[in-house]
Amino acid sequence: MKTKSNLERVLESRIFAVTGELGPPQSADSEVIRRKAKILKGHVDACNVTDGQTAVVRMASWAACLIAKEEGLDPIVQMTCRDRNRIALQMDVLGIAALGMNNMLCLTGDHQKFGNHPTAKGVYDLDSIQLVKMVKGMRDEKRFQCGEEMAVEPRLFIGAAENPFADPFEFRAARLAKKAAAGADFIQTQIVYNVDKFAEWMKMVRDIGLHDRVGILAGVAPVKSVGAAKYMKARVPGMDVPDSVVSRLQGVPKDQVSKEGIKLCIDIINQVREIEGVAGIHIMAIEWEEAVPEIVEAAGLLPRPKLVT
Amino acid sequence: MLISEQKPLEEILSYLDGDKNIFLIGCKGCAEGWGSGGEKQVSEMKNTLREKGKAVTGSVVVDMLCDSALTRLKLRAHKKEVAAADSILVLTDGAGVQTVAEVVDKVVHPGCNTLSSGGGHAEWKEAERCLECGDCVLEFTGGICPIARCSKHLLNGPCGGSQGGKCEVDASIPCVWQQIVDRLAKLGQLDKLERVVTAKNWSVSLISGPPVKRFP
Repeated sequence: MKTKSNLERVLESRIFAVTGELGPPQSADSEVIRRKAKILKGHVDACNVTDGQTAVVRMASWAACLIAKEEGLDPIVQMTCRDRNRIALQMDVLGIAALGMNNMLCLTGDHQKFGNHPTAKGVYDLDSIQLVKMVKGMRDEKRFQCGEEMAVEPRLFIGAAENPFADPFEFRAARLAKKAAAGADFIQTQIVYNVDKFAEWMKMVRDIGLHDRVGILAGVAPVKSVGAAKYMKARVPGMDVPDSVVSRLQGVPKDQVSKEGIKLCIDIINQVREIEGVAGIHIMAIEWEEAVPEIVEAAGLLPRPKLVT
Repeated sequence: MLISEQKPLEEILSYLDGDKNIFLIGCKGCAEGWGSGGEKQVSEMKNTLREKGKAVTGSVVVDMLCDSALTRLKLRAHKKEVAAADSILVLTDGAGVQTVAEVVDKVVHPGCNTLSSGGGHAEWKEAERCLECGDCVLEFTGGICPIARCSKHLLNGPCGGSQGGKCEVDASIPCVWQQIVDRLAKLGQLDKLERVVTAKNWSVSLISGPPVKRFP
């Protein structure tokens, strides 16, 4: 074990891992975090807290993670390069490790144009791969990006994201290899609705042996409404929502759509589980955390291993 | 006026490692004005490369290298020499390097770093081609600049928002990383993208604020 991460322990023991996601509030309300954390507790091995997702100002990921940890979760701090240069990133890395966090997901970040402060100046001093490399250097070589040494290193389980549905498709597995080479321990993917394409990507990943080097968690998410499915299909960059998903939701009475969305999510979990090299799932039920216990139970993924951090 | 200076010789030679036959290109505009890639510097570089055991198949100094129509025309007269070369070394600012990359299906090496646009932006009016970052990366990106043309300045792109050749930020923006992957694939050089490009030195860039006095 490189760290005290519960997720690392679960992945090492070859148990099919389950991570969740918690969206912090657009306010200083800690109760929102506690309420969501209580729902997720016992159903996930670790839980991401987003970092200004879609470039909207929300409570800082590390702060919400601290609250989630108090509630008994093993939080995964998300950290984007959009808002911080290498100095700020390293200060935050030291801080979150000192607060007892065990996991960090390294992201470039959604472009500031999408959020509620589109006139902001994006930072992008580093990209996500350079961030992974920097955190690994801090952890394993006890060195800052500049090369200087530190006394106590941040022992963080390092994650990165990958989108198997973005272009150029042929280059996606190669890009994942770069993330692994830079030092990623685990990968969480974009939400899978197109299972066939995901399977094709996983084959390319296996062909270069990446599934043995990093724990790959397939992203899944329940869809609440036909409108949401259509929106994701048409408007969310990097999403691949096949027509079959939309028509499946359209095929049930209106009051049954959200139930069908949960069923669809469970079906996708069962399908991706069968794909060789998939080490777990990452459930992104943002603003629908209540759906997670039902999904995890129906997918036969309970009980979760006792949480140790 | 685009202000550039030659990269250190060791760096240029590292780019040419493995290439025996080189075609040299300079420019009579900004690069001559700043002494980084005019007639004199191209001639000097020709001798230097020969001393280092390279064969120079030919050279040309174009009046305005950033004018792609003119460059295409000028290179037509050197077709055989260009064809005989393993790669092309361009001793100008980033705009000139990218013009050559656009008109020739051959590996293009940047020989200079672009320090400042000096207020002007070359002949490429439809799109920004060089952000005068002072530490040219065109060697690793198929002669297409991700600093100027990626919405997130990614050095290890493409990000997850590249779809159908477009940038997630706006459908009117081509994804430069798709272009880079396409061009390197065409040149059989996709392996160039396997290396993790390390954190960039922004201190030599105008993006970090007024530069320390670097040029006369």
